[in-house]
Amino acid sequence: MNGPIRRLYALVLVLFAVLVYFTSRNAVFDATALRDNALNKRTLLEEQRIHRGSIRADDGTVLARSIKQRGGVYSRRYPTGGLFGHAIGYSFTTLGRAGLERYRNDDLTGKRNELSSVIDQLRGHRQTGDSVTTTLDPQAQRVAYQALAGRKGAVVALDPRTGAVKVMASYPQFDPNALRGPGTYSKLANDNQNRPLVNRATQFGYAPGSTFKVVTATAALDSGRFTPQSTVDGKNGVKISGVPLQNDYNQSFGPIDLATALAKSVNTVYAQVAERLGKQTMKKYMERFGFDSKPQLDYPTDQMSSSGEYLKGKLIPPTSRFVDVGRMGIGQDKLAVTPLQMAQVAAAVANGGKLMKPHMTDRIVDTDGRTVERIKPEVQSTVMKPSTASALTAMMEGVVTSGTGTNAQIQGIRVAGKTGTAETQIGKTINNVWFIAFAPADNPRVAIAVTLEKQPGFGGDVAAPVAKTVMESLLK
Amino acid sequence: MKARNRELLALIPASLLLTAGFAAIFIQRQNLLSNVSLTYGLLFLALCLGAHIVLRLTLPSADPYLFPLVALLACFGLVMVYRIDDTLARQQAQWFVIGLILFAATIVLLRDYLVLERYRYVIALVSLFLLLLPRVPGIGSQVNGAYLGIHFAGTTFQPAEFAKIGIVVFLASYLRDTRQLLVTAGRRFLGVTLPPLKHFGPLLVVFGAAMLELLVIRDLGSSLMFFGGFLAVLYVATNRLSFPLIGLVLFALGAWLIGTHTPHVHDRILAWQHPFRESLYNRPGGSFQVAQSVFAQADGGLFGRGFGEALIAYPCQIGGHNATCPLLPAAQTDLIYSVITNELGLFGACGLLLVYLLAIERGFRIAMLARDSFSKLLATGLTAVFALQVFVIVGGVTRAIPLTGVTLPFVSYGGSSIMANFVLLALLLLVSDKARRDPL
Repeated sequence: MNGPIRRLYALVLVLFAVLVYFTSRNAVFDATALRDNALNKRTLLEEQRIHRGSIRADDGTVLARSIKQRGGVYSRRYPTGGLFGHAIGYSFTTLGRAGLERYRNDDLTGKRNELSSVIDQLRGHRQTGDSVTTTLDPQAQRVAYQALAGRKGAVVALDPRTGAVKVMASYPQFDPNALRGPGTYSKLANDNQNRPLVNRATQFGYAPGSTFKVVTATAALDSGRFTPQSTVDGKNGVKISGVPLQNDYNQSFGPIDLATALAKSVNTVYAQVAERLGKQTMKKYMERFGFDSKPQLDYPTDQMSSSGEYLKGKLIPPTSRFVDVGRMGIGQDKLAVTPLQMAQVAAAVANGGKLMKPHMTDRIVDTDGRTVERIKPEVQSTVMKPSTASALTAMMEGVVTSGTGTNAQIQGIRVAGKTGTAETQIGKTINNVWFIAFAPADNPRVAIAVTLEKQPGFGGDVAAPVAKTVMESLLK
Repeated sequence: MKARNRELLALIPASLLLTAGFAAIFIQRQNLLSNVSLTYGLLFLALCLGAHIVLRLTLPSADPYLFPLVALLACFGLVMVYRIDDTLARQQAQWFVIGLILFAATIVLLRDYLVLERYRYVIALVSLFLLLLPRVPGIGSQVNGAYLGIHFAGTTFQPAEFAKIGIVVFLASYLRDTRQLLVTAGRRFLGVTLPPLKHFGPLLVVFGAAMLELLVIRDLGSSLMFFGGFLAVLYVATNRLSFPLIGLVLFALGAWLIGTHTPHVHDRILAWQHPFRESLYNRPGGSFQVAQSVFAQADGGLFGRGFGEALIAYPCQIGGHNATCPLLPAAQTDLIYSVITNELGLFGACGLLLVYLLAIERGFRIAMLARDSFSKLLATGLTAVFALQVFVIVGGVTRAIPLTGVTLPFVSYGGSSIMANFVLLALLLLVSDKARRDPL
């Protein structure tokens, strides 16, 4: 009878192999699909039990914290309300996550690598999240919102020496605390008129207008083809790509040097410069500034847009045959750029030509107060030679001292800037206005970009005063 | 080394595992290492030593590995149940002690287990009677549409666990007598040997009654176990593959009939096929348990989330009141394997299955070493039923087969299960001792 017993054991082995197969299917092979199953609330419930780390401003102000609720479950609170709604985002079980909350989720929930979590388990540590201290400045942020004064737009201020984001304001704003209210989220998400949940600082593409002349000027000087003293004919109505181009107020200038042309924002001069430089050179410098790719900010990628030329909603290279390089050189054509990108343009000039990688996380601190990780300043790219940067600085100072940007002057501090006014409707009554700047010009500590939507007037009148007050707050 | 010394040595790792397991839970809960875990470990070792001394005195030649393997399973079960619910674990520890006493009693009282053969019909009748008890009004209880337990002296008692042993004893003794006749007196029909009805009749009557009763109490898991055990013993007794094959065909037919005509069974099958269908998931008695079982395993991965980390229930609101909602219903019984996979991962779960396989291997080895037919068939039947019980519940929670509630032997919480399986173990060791002691 031993033969059948042996065969019976073989059958049991097969049955157990089936069990191992199904267990491994559930635990490993199909695990991702099972975890993503809409009925599976496990991950959400698990994360609710983790004491998520807090998020702080650079002065220690708590921007987000977790409050313990019944049954060992935590819920998120945002003490500063809507002030940092866009930058910090939110984290709720029912809504998911956005902003820095989403980007830093692994740190905030204490997810480390496999080995250290095994060690933590052995040491009996419960999984608790690390805290994130940001580079954001609540005082200046408040000033920025006051200066926007209920007008749609955005302000981004960076420390050009490190790439640290000091201010990221976008109006309309939203209060993350309110999102948990019934129906609030879907109401805000479906408000296509105001789009309050979209961060205009990183996600909206605006025509940059004349602020883009800084990019063209960089390419002109750094390539060695022009100097600030090079003269170009600035008469009105020069044909660019076969179509006459107008200056503001249809003003006509004679032969004019590049520095004066920047201060007075002469379209025809910079359009001709861009045409002479060509698409290849323009593309090279644009890419060095960070155009044509997503910003390297510590922020969710799908909450940021690439800045550059767009055709039918798609990003196209500046070398494309659809690009009118002359008009692109003065910030028109099909350019759509984010305020963050324009702040980086100012920052690159301010930092002697070296563009620093932008970041809003300063450090990650564990529950014992030890710094787990400090974000070190990193060079994103070398955009231009230091000599180009200092020549450009002088030219941009001219904009503020004697050009279109006099409204940005600060008592006792040298400011370098550039205005921008992009027509959104024919007739020049409604414009997207811009101002980019950095200060102090001799030792820059702030670089800023301000944009306001659909304003009657010019960048120098509407956007420059906003930039001025925010810079004053940051330089105090 | 002598068999019993090997057994003694093998018990030490089991006790160490228990100590380590409790220590891990204490650390996880209170963040401190208390010496209570060591006390539990020593207590467990002392209990096993007691059983070991009984074995040393009464069955010196019995298989040395089977008891330590079962001790390993039992201690693992204790730790897992403790991790799910302290109170249940204390009860489980009591059941463990009672089980050991029953184990010792079986060994002492049934030194000559061959007497069981004489009482085969009594045993069969008692088993059939036991199976029917849960349907008796007043003491029977219904859970999830199945009548599995009876209330007795303040505890719930699952008679099917004991009936399975009784039925196997009956099968083994009956087939010992008639196995030759079944083959030689059989008629051939369409190339297959059909057993003569005269000799097959009583067997069919008893077994048919058992199956019918299981249908009446709607214990699907046990009926699968019983039927599988029956076919295994029949196959080993006759060495005719046609018999179990005919049985399987009949089983398939029966399963199809029952599956399509009994709503209770039909629901189980639907839940197995479409656990994530929303209508089934939200229906009471639907696929919630299967789906959650699979979700819990998905979180385990290769190495698991760690001891004590599985989410079993969560705070919720029922009718405006704060309550605790189960995420893994019946975590300590049906779904204990899902908890293990969640916490110890694929490797932990496979390790557990390996321990079961080793124990089953010892069981079949005992059957092969046994010299008389009754002993062989008894050991085969008991081992087969044990193996099938593991397959039915683990297969159910991993979605290899429809989920039917039976316990994971020695690991799941449950007094009847622990006690019955200790009796099963005692019988196997009795067979083993006789086989290894008698000179050829």
